[in-house]
Amino acid sequence: MSMTAESTIRENNAITSAQLLFRDMLLEGGITALLVAQHLPMKNTVMPTLITDPDELRAVDPFAPCYSMNTAKVVSKLTRKSLESPIAVVLRPCEIRAFVELVKLKQGCMDNLLVVGTECLGAYGNRDYPIFAGSEPMAATLRFYEKAQGGTTATVNGLEMAPACKACEHPVPENADLVIGVIGADMNGPASVTAKTEKGKALLEKIGREQSAQSSGREAALAKLMEERIAYRDKMFAETVEATSDLEKLMSYLGNCINCYNCRVACPVCYCRECVFTTDVFDHDPAQYLRWAKKKGVLKMPTDTVFYHITRMAHMSLACVGCGQCSNACPNGIHVMELFRTVADETQREFGYEAGRSISEDPPLSTFKENEFPEVTARTH
Amino acid sequence: MNDFEPVIIAFVCNWCTYTAADLAGTSRLMQPSNVRMIRMMCTGMVDPKYVIKALLEGADAVLISGCHPGDCHYINGNLKARRRVKLLKAILKRFAVDEHRIKMTWIGASEGIDFAAIVTGMVKEVKALGPNMLRRTMVI
Ligand code: SF4
Ligand code: SF4
Ligand code: FES
Repeated sequence: MSMTAESTIRENNAITSAQLLFRDMLLEGGITALLVAQHLPMKNTVMPTLITDPDELRAVDPFAPCYSMNTAKVVSKLTRKSLESPIAVVLRPCEIRAFVELVKLKQGCMDNLLVVGTECLGAYGNRDYPIFAGSEPMAATLRFYEKAQGGTTATVNGLEMAPACKACEHPVPENADLVIGVIGADMNGPASVTAKTEKGKALLEKIGREQSAQSSGREAALAKLMEERIAYRDKMFAETVEATSDLEKLMSYLGNCINCYNCRVACPVCYCRECVFTTDVFDHDPAQYLRWAKKKGVLKMPTDTVFYHITRMAHMSLACVGCGQCSNACPNGIHVMELFRTVADETQREFGYEAGRSISEDPPLSTFKENEFPEVTARTH
Repeated sequence: MNDFEPVIIAFVCNWCTYTAADLAGTSRLMQPSNVRMIRMMCTGMVDPKYVIKALLEGADAVLISGCHPGDCHYINGNLKARRRVKLLKAILKRFAVDEHRIKMTWIGASEGIDFAAIVTGMVKEVKALGPNMLRRTMVI
């Protein structure tokens, strides 16, 4: 808490300046706890941590290109009941968007929550990150931005970012109270902070901070990033639609799925607290498998793989934010995100809905009107 | 192709379409034998899983039929069902499942004639589409 500790932090880079901001929030901002990603001391990875002690911020790194999980799931756990004292959560854009969906599904609450969004240039998959980070993960983070500012497919050490990130149209956080800027920024200087809501403004005033000016190169860098990402996305969509354009092709796409259901565990918006596919509804009687096998003479086991995936689409494709955690979690390298994003694109368009866009837009299946969609029930006979 | 007799799984509401189907039968209106009827208490209870499972098991088409708006015994089960059917059609279209293979209608208890006509029409439509190839293929 001494002045020297502060000044050594202040003179450094984007990471340490963010740590200082968080420190001020805990000390003077009336924030009782902060949920933020940090490098774990026991393993070369980055995980969300809930911090109450301002002296525990040394390993905090909200910019690390590591995306172990979608933190919206954790925020949902913290806000299942409304918070008694203010908590701040530091999230990527896709985590905020997933959390917005969970709040609308009554699995999270915004009361007393301050959302700090970080602009996001992407991240590596869970297998690649430790290779990328090496033994000096903080330095690796800074190195990442030098390369990533140049475009979406930047490879470092021959490693490419996760496809979900390369195809993401939301590098700038929406629905955040404060935004920490990195796009076009020099990470060897302090990170910029802007308030987007009254809540955010009040907090900055409380800790005596001015909003920082955004870097001069930001607009151009953002435009370039968006252009590259949209091009990547469009190509990814076209290839995925082609690869799964009928049920036979879908079966070949999912052919090595082992029904582990990791994709739905990792998915932040798979909202059922108990998935029906893991209940005894699907714990079939042994004789049942034999009856099914006899029908066609052959039965693939485990069964119900395509059934599971299409059912999941029916449950959550309207809420899919394209975060890519499903692909990240798949043990067999199935391109789950690519598939679900193309389906989400169709279903969200059908209902004029965009997952994560706004707290006030009702999720399509939680509402209805008396007069709508006449084509669905039109009698053609 | 002429000997292809489509199998249509029909999820029908107890309070309306089920009675209409009964009426169609007792009034000896022509009613194709292609329909396998599953009586539900409301179309609002038709879980999308039922429709997906029916199609993956090789059903050639699925019919979901319930009360007209305003007549649903659970107030708005039918209006919720309409959104679910819209969603299912959008998902399945993505995998080239022809949208004629999923149909939703509102048929009141007295509309036996309409029920017969809709089923007959559906059979014709599905005959033109041909059989659901999953009936013979191994589904994973
Ligand atoms: S389906 Fe995949 S991409 Fe979509 S929200 Fe879930 S984990 Fe993210
Ligand atoms: S994580 Fe991969 S293998 Fe596991 S259920 Fe999902 S798609 Fe299948
Ligand atoms: S009771 Fe018939 S559709 Fe709801």
